[in-house]
Amino acid sequence: MADAVLATARPVISYNEEVIKKFTIAAMFWAVVAFSLGVYIATELSWPEFNLGLSFLNFGRLRPVHTSAAVFAFGGNALFATSFFVVQRTCRARLAGPDALHDFIFWGYQFFIVMAASSYVMGFSRGQEYSEPEWHITVWLVLIWVLYAGVFIGTLLKRAEPHIYVANWFYLAFILTVAVLVLVNNAAVPISPFAAKSYVVYSGVQNAMVQWWYGHNAVGFFLTAGFLGMMYYFVPKQAGRPVYSYRLSVVHFWSLIFLYMWAGPHHLHYTSLPDWTQTLGMAFSIMLWMPSWGGMINGLMTLSGAWDKLRTDPALRFSVTAVGFYGMSTFEGPMMAIRQVNSLSHYTDWTVGHVHSGALGWVAFVSFGAIYYMVPALWKRSGLYSTRLVAWHYWIATLGIVFYISAMWVAGIMQGLMWRAYDKFGFLQYSFAESVNAVHPYYVIRMLGGVMFLTGGLIMCYNLIRTVRSPSTELRAAGLPAGVVLAGE
Amino acid sequence: MFSHETIEKNALLLLVLTLIVIAIGGIVEIVPLFTIETTVEHVKGVRPYSPLEMAGRNIYVREGCYVCHSQQIRTLKDEVERYGHYSLAAESMYDRPFQWGSKRIGPDLARVGGRYSNDWHYGHLHHPQALVPESLMPRYAFLAETRLDYSLIEKHLTTQRFLGVPYTDEDITNARDDLLIQANVQADQEGVLKRYPKAVAVPGRPGFPTEMDALVAYLQVLGTMVDFADLGVEKLQQ
Repeated sequence: MADAVLATARPVISYNEEVIKKFTIAAMFWAVVAFSLGVYIATELSWPEFNLGLSFLNFGRLRPVHTSAAVFAFGGNALFATSFFVVQRTCRARLAGPDALHDFIFWGYQFFIVMAASSYVMGFSRGQEYSEPEWHITVWLVLIWVLYAGVFIGTLLKRAEPHIYVANWFYLAFILTVAVLVLVNNAAVPISPFAAKSYVVYSGVQNAMVQWWYGHNAVGFFLTAGFLGMMYYFVPKQAGRPVYSYRLSVVHFWSLIFLYMWAGPHHLHYTSLPDWTQTLGMAFSIMLWMPSWGGMINGLMTLSGAWDKLRTDPALRFSVTAVGFYGMSTFEGPMMAIRQVNSLSHYTDWTVGHVHSGALGWVAFVSFGAIYYMVPALWKRSGLYSTRLVAWHYWIATLGIVFYISAMWVAGIMQGLMWRAYDKFGFLQYSFAESVNAVHPYYVIRMLGGVMFLTGGLIMCYNLIRTVRSPSTELRAAGLPAGVVLAGE
Repeated sequence: MFSHETIEKNALLLLVLTLIVIAIGGIVEIVPLFTIETTVEHVKGVRPYSPLEMAGRNIYVREGCYVCHSQQIRTLKDEVERYGHYSLAAESMYDRPFQWGSKRIGPDLARVGGRYSNDWHYGHLHHPQALVPESLMPRYAFLAETRLDYSLIEKHLTTQRFLGVPYTDEDITNARDDLLIQANVQADQEGVLKRYPKAVAVPGRPGFPTEMDALVAYLQVLGTMVDFADLGVEKLQQ
């Protein structure tokens, strides 16, 4: 009855939900691929026999497949899905352009992922981290990305809401900056129009600086700004509370996107990069701590008065824990960007642990929270198949992260200390091989942490499949044609 | 009185301001590296890679060696004692892409050239654990069975020359011969050494260079180009 009243009182807008469903399914598919590959290459590092002497299974070729699958396939599809979900609802407008275009973006992006991944295992790589696809694959990605930006900005322009909601600022900054980063960092000259091989236009020290300007902002914009957009929509939705502070979100947005772009050189401390650049990178990295924690506080304080929901809504636990991990890794990051700390941590597994506390604890968890929220809404189900399974997923995955990052902290700090240890005669105390031997138990623990995280992901897939296959309630959309939902929902 | 409302009600204004705000950091940090003349030190000895070394370098890049091995010795006492003189910007001035790396699952390779014999490298690439029992490195025996594809070698050199690497016409004309000669330790290396001083010949099967031959030639030149004995401190200032 109440629904019928609402339906007449507010304008009815039909959103394109089908493409969001596709991106959501793809995100979960690639999540399992990325986690499985992570477990496999962690096994290779524990027991190198698992490389099997086969070129396409070697760690060196599979590692970029793992990182690209996690960042661009899982993270990317989650960003496409949530950005399309959020922008339509907060603008009260259907996605700009024809549905066929949205489907083209979907299939085009999956094609990019498959092309990139298969090129690495077949032995094509640009040899720059997180930017490995050769030039012809990059050209395809740029085309898809331009279309994506067009659809997103087009939807903003045709919005029925006067204000652009804060989540969309972050999504917009993510889309624009990733475009700029890829165009600059991937500038290369092919040896022939018919050959995959190309040479990057920058060399040596300039190449290093451009690469880490790209690399750090792939973290800053792909893995942070985009997912902050997710936080600014789904945490208030799940908590049923407005964002804690509007003013803080304005300060958070502008300071974060400004400061992030300076932080790259902290990947190059004590290297051949000139000192002045290193110092700038360090100073801005430390400043970056402030907007990061401003964002964390804004997310967490949104729960004021709604903390009790954590007891009843395990999906909200994912989002809130994610914000907690965001706070932790954005404290750890600036600390590791301090030159003297970096002298110990750089080149060690501490960095790997830091990345994974961000990737698993923040990026994956906030995506899980959003997907658990979106799936019943998209498929018109009254709720998830099982909240108990969400709770199981939550605890297994959280424990897996704890195993992973604590093993990497111990391994990393141990490596750093062993490499710089001197004996009483003033000689280096350990050979490099001894440090490799010493970290073996921690590599095994890390692998087990990965297995737990993967198990959680599989539980989630099972739960979501059962949710989708449960009978549709059509509760909210009663009396409306399929695919039509109420504005502002 | 300015209000943020102006920005958040205008998508194009938000877009333009965002682009301006994100552009500043990169411009300040990157552009001067091209314009400040001392960013790359002026030292003698750094030369473009020989055709075989370049082919080997491309194998190194393709196999993702950089995910486990850095090529960048930091200005820290223990690193200099373990690996040799700290790395200079000049030493990677012809490196496309740079391979400084970010993780040491294996040791740094910036100065691995000349540290081990050719035979050691062949044996190690075939079966790393046979020589270093603790090693986590995969076996690369398949490189020895794969014939090196050098059909486009001149195009590699001309593309690099287009990007500023000083390959001469002579280098490009001789690229194919130089590659085959350097991969055959029995052959007369005079021409190769004239064009590419300190290039190390490797014992490949004559006329049938493998990917492993190229990779070893590359590893053997790493960090050997600059003679540090006659380098004063003032030459190294950036």
